[in-house]
Amino acid sequence: MNIIVTVKQVPDTHEVKIDPKTGALIRKGVPSIINPEDKNAIEEALRLKKSSDDGQVTVLSMGPPQAESTLREALSMGVDRAILVSDRAFAGADTLATSYTLSMAIKKIEKYDLILCGSQTIDGETGQVGPQLAEWLNLPQATHAEGINIQGNLVTVKSNFDSVTRVIEMKTPALITVSNRINKPRYKHMNKVLRAYRDKAVVTWSKEDLKLNPIRIGLNGSPTWVKKTFVHRHSRDGIVIEKPAANSAEDTLDFILEKALLKF
Amino acid sequence: MKLCYQMDEKYEMIRMGAREFAEGEIKPVAGELDEKEEFSVSLTQQMGDIGLFGMTVPEAHGGQGLDYISYIIAVEEIARVDGSQAATLAAGNSLGINPIDIFGSESQRRKYLPDLCQGKTLMGFGLTEPNAGSDAGATSTTAVKEGDSWIINGRKTMTTNANTPITKGSMVQAVTGARPDGKPNYTCFIVENGTPGFTLNTMKRKLMWRGSNTAELFFNNCRVPSDAVLGNPGDGFKQMLATLDGGRLSIGAMGIGCAQGAYEAALRYSKERIQFGRPICKQQAIAFKLADMELKIELARNLLYKACWLAENKRPFGKEAAMSKLYCSEIAREVADEAVQIHGGYGLFKDYDVERFYRDQRLLQIGEGTSEILRLVISRAIGC
Repeated sequence: MNIIVTVKQVPDTHEVKIDPKTGALIRKGVPSIINPEDKNAIEEALRLKKSSDDGQVTVLSMGPPQAESTLREALSMGVDRAILVSDRAFAGADTLATSYTLSMAIKKIEKYDLILCGSQTIDGETGQVGPQLAEWLNLPQATHAEGINIQGNLVTVKSNFDSVTRVIEMKTPALITVSNRINKPRYKHMNKVLRAYRDKAVVTWSKEDLKLNPIRIGLNGSPTWVKKTFVHRHSRDGIVIEKPAANSAEDTLDFILEKALLKF
Repeated sequence: MKLCYQMDEKYEMIRMGAREFAEGEIKPVAGELDEKEEFSVSLTQQMGDIGLFGMTVPEAHGGQGLDYISYIIAVEEIARVDGSQAATLAAGNSLGINPIDIFGSESQRRKYLPDLCQGKTLMGFGLTEPNAGSDAGATSTTAVKEGDSWIINGRKTMTTNANTPITKGSMVQAVTGARPDGKPNYTCFIVENGTPGFTLNTMKRKLMWRGSNTAELFFNNCRVPSDAVLGNPGDGFKQMLATLDGGRLSIGAMGIGCAQGAYEAALRYSKERIQFGRPICKQQAIAFKLADMELKIELARNLLYKACWLAENKRPFGKEAAMSKLYCSEIAREVADEAVQIHGGYGLFKDYDVERFYRDQRLLQIGEGTSEILRLVISRAIGC
């Protein structure tokens, strides 16, 4: 069973501070980490691989050169192979340009039964790349997996949404995005850290290594862009009505209708 | 220019790995284990599961194949969260595994190392006796050859990891005769728990390292086969000295980890605690204490890593090991003490981790060479 896991290096949003003047995120000095749900995806891939006879778990990431350390982290958890897709031309990519580029890398990898992704990142939080990838590759998909079961070439995925449980059955090859409730990711193993740096190479593919349509990559290939990131300012302003209850009911209703809190 | 202070990314990954485990699995239970004076088999085996045991043992012998600095960083990170688990780990590696790896026969390695390196079993190192602490020459445990076996009589005390549910046995230093110059001949024996004539007793009511197992060993005509000898008869003394040198590095790491954990807690607290209208870290009296902590830890770490580099590069490192252990253990005391001071009254309650760090540092100036003995070692090394 060959599994590809897509991962992203993200800023540790627990450590990100907000500039009080502009309301924008201060990224400088913030440590980079592997996206938490990607760790769940890696863990699930390692578990699924263990229960089958042979095959490889490959991690794939699109990012700047420093994203290599994220791939080494994945190798330290025990994945077999790591590929970094990196090129200046990919910069500024939105989810569509990202998923397109990743899909071309996956086409180059060629041999796989399953693609696992985290359901969303802690920086973008769109949750779009996984489903987009499935579409680019023409694969069946199931999202927010909390349980995955494989029998031969049939995969069953269980997901919970509030009061609804959904079970999807698919034929491999297929794509699954996982929720952080699916498992507890393993810790790095000391010997695997040694091997990650001594024995394993992180393969890097640039634009030249992939047959890409130039209008689909990077900033130019992005139909969406982030216009503004800001923090909501919450205030607890209100109006104090100092009249007896019978008289204040009218004022309260007016206030509610004026603020359009309810519509009739 | 050969001097370089850049650490390879591999070491950062080792540090991150050990830290994540310590914070994820040890931190939530450390206080309770300390309170109940309870050894955790589960945590020990989990440490084995991520390769923290046998860190410097070659992969061919079942170990992790890493260098000394990787091992020391891992011990630092565990100690940053809890001294008891760090003690289990450091003693497990330096005293329980490394002597077998370095001095043991091929069959002894094959018999004991795989399980030890996976954290499935532990091994103690029985050296200290009620009347032989700093004065190792006063060892009175004896082993007499009888046919194809040896009969051991005597007693060991304060042996870490010797009496846990997963302990396989202990290495025991015994007098096996006299040298031509009259000085005693020492031999080290691997004695398995359960051997007739060998009994143990866990020592309780400790001030610190309460989550670590400490035991007394009693030998009453205990018969062991000749293949229980570690290396060769008569090798005991030099094995002991070599083991202590390595052990001193890991105690140094425990000192740095303890200091680091206490310092971070104090720094955090000082930024939250408001008195006189502002965080107490804005008071120079407090800020200067924290500055001194940062300085001491930086110095300690640099000295320890240099000692590790010397050991790793097969250069003499006895003096540097002694200096590292001495300095790291003493700054651990100073930093933990001031960390409690910064916490004020709250530092005196077990609800705050610094209380445990204040106690856990106390062994570091005593075990594996008291500060007094270490000063002797250093002064001899400089020709006094």
